[in-house]
Amino acid sequence: MTDSSRQRVALALAINGRRHRVTIEPSTTLLDLLRDELGLFGTKKGCDMGACGACTVLVDGRRINACLALAVMQEGRDVQTIEGLAEGEALHPLQQAFVEHDALQCGYCTPGQIMSALGLIGEGRATDAAGIAEQMSGNLCRCGAHPNIVAAIAAYAGA
Amino acid sequence: MHAFDYARATEPSQALDLARRPDAAFIAGGTDLLQLWKAGIARPELMIDISRLALDIVKPRDDGIAIGALARLSDVADHPIVQARWPLIAEALNAGASAQVRNAATIGGNLLQRTRCAYFRSGDMPCNKRAPGSGCPAIGGENRSHAIFGGSPHCVATHASDLAVALAALDASVRVAGPAGSRLVGIGDFYLLPGDTPQRETVLGQGQLICAVDVPATAGRAAYVKVRDRASFEFAVVSVAADLVIDDGIVARARLAAGGVGTRPWRLTEAEAALIGERADAAAFDKAAAQASNGAEPLAHNAFKVELLRRTVRRALQVAGGKA
Ligand SMILES: Cc1cc2nc3c(=O)[nH]c(=O)nc-3n(C[C@H](O)[C@H](O)[C@H](O)COP(=O)(O)OP(=O)(O)OC[C@H]3O[C@@H](n4cnc5c(N)ncnc54)[C@H](O)[C@@H]3O)c2cc1C
Ligand code: FES
Ligand code: FES
Repeated sequence: MTDSSRQRVALALAINGRRHRVTIEPSTTLLDLLRDELGLFGTKKGCDMGACGACTVLVDGRRINACLALAVMQEGRDVQTIEGLAEGEALHPLQQAFVEHDALQCGYCTPGQIMSALGLIGEGRATDAAGIAEQMSGNLCRCGAHPNIVAAIAAYAGA
Repeated sequence: MHAFDYARATEPSQALDLARRPDAAFIAGGTDLLQLWKAGIARPELMIDISRLALDIVKPRDDGIAIGALARLSDVADHPIVQARWPLIAEALNAGASAQVRNAATIGGNLLQRTRCAYFRSGDMPCNKRAPGSGCPAIGGENRSHAIFGGSPHCVATHASDLAVALAALDASVRVAGPAGSRLVGIGDFYLLPGDTPQRETVLGQGQLICAVDVPATAGRAAYVKVRDRASFEFAVVSVAADLVIDDGIVARARLAAGGVGTRPWRLTEAEAALIGERADAAAFDKAAAQASNGAEPLAHNAFKVELLRRTVRRALQVAGGKA
């Protein structure tokens, strides 16, 4: 529904290193900007309420839930999504580790898991399996791949 | 979904000016407000973005620490001086939500998060907090997660913040700014009991801004023990923050606050009093823990919290008392 009396706002931000300028409704979440406005469908919508982690992206290197963030509040920020990881056909080594450790079944949670894990490693918290499991608790996997997800992250992080 | 306008504040005074509109809301991390907005519970016409105000600084002093209201939960939990001198705050923060939420959420927003009562959150059930006068279905309905302290015939919802429990044990104060200037409110006075106005949860007036939280220095040994329905990423069923000063083996000061049990963060004054002057040993901790639930008024589904609170207090005392 569009209401013509409503404000629209200009927004400039970087996504996977590319500058974007868009005009959006202020109520657009970062998740809806990525998926609906920019066609970046790699970031998933699970609960849309901060409870599952499927929408995890990095903003200025820090992992957040894109579903609980207003796009307009990301003005000038640097957003990284799953689409930014592979170099052509060559997977990012963490993506490769997920494949090697069988860390997914349906794959719906996987982009969020991988972005969250990159955030975790950036935080310097990937110390051991128990610590990784605790720090990844914001990412649920309905297929129950958690043990393999932890193993993939530990292998990549050298923990 | 309800549409809204947006304005980014660059100065606190500008934020206060914009907030003169009664239909405006501040947005900081947005992690609670956007949930409530999506559920149709919060319907602001103007979102005032306060996330870029320079109120995100953590300033340690000799006699305490000032934590900016816009500081992110993860930044505060990771702050080396917070970890060294106020570990209770770091522990309570790390026990809450997920890494993603802690990276976005702020100190001020955490204190003002709304209850997790399912009737409140549902949007279309009656709820005196959300729709005053519509009734409280929790009192005669599903109330496992509700309060055993501080409830009224109008509302028995608990306050959900872990941080607020730690701050209650530490006698922190909230620095509030309004058009008329700023004031400091003790955390014990900041939260209101539901009484017959459960829609009012704090003394913060419409359009007033939390600028910082002031926490006095403590020589105490701390522990935050949180009991929840799953091991991580869950709100408290019961939680206890303990801050114990032990001199020569004798308890000189004891501060205990509990979460998950009260309509606001709940100080356990009788258990505290039972500890003073006692040798800090298992017998004294048991004796104090036995007093923790005095005055509790359990509901049909949460009587288990009476004993769970005693046990959680005992655990918190053991952990805090065991620290050198
Ligand atoms: C999935 C999930 C799990 C969670 N689990 C826990 C948990 O286990 N423990 C826990 O304690 N919390 C938990 N939370 C709650 C979370 O901590 C809060 O949502 C968060 O702290 C709110 O901060 P914010 O900056 O995002 O606030 P916002 O959503 O931006 O704002 C919340 C409210 O505060 C007001 N506000 C914000 N800042 C100010 C200010 N400076 N002055 C005046 N008003 C202000 C806003 O207007 C709004 O009414 C969880 C949240 C989610 C989504
Ligand atoms: S879609 Fe954002 S956390 Fe579930
Ligand atoms: S692989 Fe299916 S939800 Fe995780």
